[in-house]
Amino acid sequence: MTSLSKQLPEPATEALLLEVRDVSKSFPGVKALQDMQLTLRRGEVLALVGENGAGKSTLMKLLSGIYQPDAGEFYIDGEPLRVSAPKDAQDRGIAIIHQEFNLMPDLTVAENIFIGREQPRGGFLLNGRALNQRAADLLNRLELPLNPRAKVGRLTVAKQQMVEIAKALSYDAKVLIMDEPTAALNDAEVATLHALIRRFVTPETGVIYISHKMDELKAISQRITVIRDGKYIDTLDTATSTMGDVISRMVGREVTTDARPENVRDDRPVILAVENLSTQSLLKNVSFELREGEILGFAGLMGAGRTEVARAIVGADKRVSGHISLRGKRIDPTNPAVAAQHRIGYLSEDRKQYGLLLDQTVTANIALSSMSERFSKFGFVNDKVARDRSREYVESLKVKTPSVNQIAKNLSGGNQQKVVIAKWLMKDCDVLIFDEPTRGIDVGAKEEIYRLLNDLAAQGKSIIMISSELPEVLRMSHRVVVMSEGRITGELSAAEADPAGVMHLATLRPDSNASDAVELGLDPVLVTEDLDAYENEELDR
Amino acid sequence: MTTTVAPPTGRRMNDTTRTRLQQLAAFAGLVVVTVFFAFASDFFFTYDNLVNNVLVSVVLVGILAVGTTMVIITGGIDLSVGFGIALTGMAAGRFLITMDLPLILGLLLTILVGALIGFVNGFNISILGMPPFIATLAMMLVCQGLPLVLSDNGASIYFDALPDYQGISSGTPIPGVPNSVLVFIVCAVIAWILLNRTLLGRYAYAIGSNEEATKLSGINVRRWKIIIYVVAGGFTAVAGIISSGRIGASPTAGSGYELQAIAAVVIGGTSLAGGKGTIVGSVIGALIIGVLNNGLTVMGVKREWQFIILGIVILAAVYTDMLRKRSESTH
Repeated sequence: MTSLSKQLPEPATEALLLEVRDVSKSFPGVKALQDMQLTLRRGEVLALVGENGAGKSTLMKLLSGIYQPDAGEFYIDGEPLRVSAPKDAQDRGIAIIHQEFNLMPDLTVAENIFIGREQPRGGFLLNGRALNQRAADLLNRLELPLNPRAKVGRLTVAKQQMVEIAKALSYDAKVLIMDEPTAALNDAEVATLHALIRRFVTPETGVIYISHKMDELKAISQRITVIRDGKYIDTLDTATSTMGDVISRMVGREVTTDARPENVRDDRPVILAVENLSTQSLLKNVSFELREGEILGFAGLMGAGRTEVARAIVGADKRVSGHISLRGKRIDPTNPAVAAQHRIGYLSEDRKQYGLLLDQTVTANIALSSMSERFSKFGFVNDKVARDRSREYVESLKVKTPSVNQIAKNLSGGNQQKVVIAKWLMKDCDVLIFDEPTRGIDVGAKEEIYRLLNDLAAQGKSIIMISSELPEVLRMSHRVVVMSEGRITGELSAAEADPAGVMHLATLRPDSNASDAVELGLDPVLVTEDLDAYENEELDR
Repeated sequence: MTTTVAPPTGRRMNDTTRTRLQQLAAFAGLVVVTVFFAFASDFFFTYDNLVNNVLVSVVLVGILAVGTTMVIITGGIDLSVGFGIALTGMAAGRFLITMDLPLILGLLLTILVGALIGFVNGFNISILGMPPFIATLAMMLVCQGLPLVLSDNGASIYFDALPDYQGISSGTPIPGVPNSVLVFIVCAVIAWILLNRTLLGRYAYAIGSNEEATKLSGINVRRWKIIIYVVAGGFTAVAGIISSGRIGASPTAGSGYELQAIAAVVIGGTSLAGGKGTIVGSVIGALIIGVLNNGLTVMGVKREWQFIILGIVILAAVYTDMLRKRSESTH
């Protein structure tokens, strides 16, 4: 951090549209935001960048009134802004477009835009024609090619986003905040969105544009604010900054290299080989090899497709093409049960939803996968053996629980994670896929999980570790695979991998993307394309 | 948070206290209504009434309830069990009376019919991915219509020519205890063993707790769900055999029993959200319904009021269960 001069923003003046001053927010065990600063000038697009977990979404939630700040203040037009509910922000002219849309797919565009503001006749009789007219006026004003009567669920993601934008702007917003607006858009759609943003920005309005994609920031923003670990780092003028400037501030911290693992030698046998794995929705030609005793880190930004790779390998998601080999033999895990028979275990990033039986005992959780082959005869379960064996794992992994009969939801996050790990160790898995193994786990427990992963690798287990925490990836991995937009954009050895290099690969738009757009027949001349679609929707009705 | 220290024997502490509490609440309810009617009516608390009226009347709903308990523990529901009685009873009549098959073979085929109902339910839910409510509602209509198709213009088939078959429900190998009550007890014991001592039970609870996590743990969730519906269908067939042995195979037998069975399961503390529930609770739930029906009848309360009272009892049972859970999760 010493190398960076910390430039604090100018003090509040009349010209500032929105200001975030010294805002802090803590959650149990985590300082999500610390003395956060941010200034939005009139008539500008400000890009907000930071790694996963830097505090962007916390800031959004504070501005939406979902959380309350512990300290600090927001100002709009120089006046203090207090937000205790989403409506407060709306009333003061702040429109927020979240990454996940809040739309009702079975309602029409007009119904979605004006939900809660239908202006029924006599208080209860809806006037569809008037509603559609209001929507059409709004859409015309915004120059959005949308049919007010189209059902939102049948629109493309790009058009659903337009509905969100129209809805947000229908409140006469001065400040538009967009969270990763282009995550699900193709190049042509991104261009349309940027055109819309430029139309929206007048000398009286401003946009905060949260994104990871460097080329987009160059294209749309005037300034870039970088935040890291909940703290304000710097604000750069887009025109005079390079991508490298931004990335070095995003990553910032010096990574201690002494803890780095040595590369696994090439003479170790390849345990798992994945070739040209593709899925319907996201993955394209993903290939990599995993050697015995290796921790293979998967880095990338949110939505890059890392979890999807894991789910496709174990058959939780359908593969449309590609091969998987285990010790040189082709295998075809069509569902996680088959993968488990091949001793491949997947530990989901969302323990509570996909990993644990929260209302059941530690034993029931640890023994779940091994129940049929180890603890039952002719379908009858031997509870005592299952309990005794579970207790051994609880002891060896140092799971802090009063007994193996404790209900899983009463354990802390770190101990719950150990229970899930114990489940797969008991199943005797050789390949373990850890998806965000330390998410939601406090610092001390993290170290224990790291030690556990190292021990497992030393014992000859092969580990894929998906992580959004760059320091974690760099510290733990023998090799790092980096993904972006469903593809592998690079593979680095432990020696080669550094934060800037990984971040560079993670923010690449894979080359073939542009050619895809051409393949799909998408023309940059958008208006005609959209008008065609508009007419098709008309015909559909 | 203070944590309970495990007793040195390592017995399931948290788990069992919870289920015991749940059963205790249901059992206390049963005691309360029984004591109430014992005082309210001289006739109610006699051996003859308790066994030959209350218990015998509980058998059908009780057998359906134990099968339904398994299904509900997985987070599902089975509406087809009520008219399943009519269909399996009518099938038994066709096998044993019309076709004059040997008794054992006829019984096996009847159980198979029940299992087949369950298989179709399980297939539609597990493989085709239909919501259990819809899949079994459709099957309920099929089970309502098929017995009429199988019958001669809706006429019942009687088993007077087969005293052995009738004996399954009305015989008394143990003096003073009707056989149907024994069958109910055997069914409950089998279901208890399945749920507490076998993989089927483990996976039923696991699926009900978190189906996705169970799947990702390498359990073949689809297959086990089908098996559980098949087992529930088997219990339905047993109820069909008891019912037809008693009153003949009627195309309208068992109408509305599916809801009574679900009521019994719910009164017994099983969560419709899945993952929790016990056979003992469901048996107690069925007994509460039986005692209420009988006691109110003995006291001369009209049938229409009996329904209303049963409705209130279900609401009270579920509400107290919710209160208990809420206090549990906030401590």
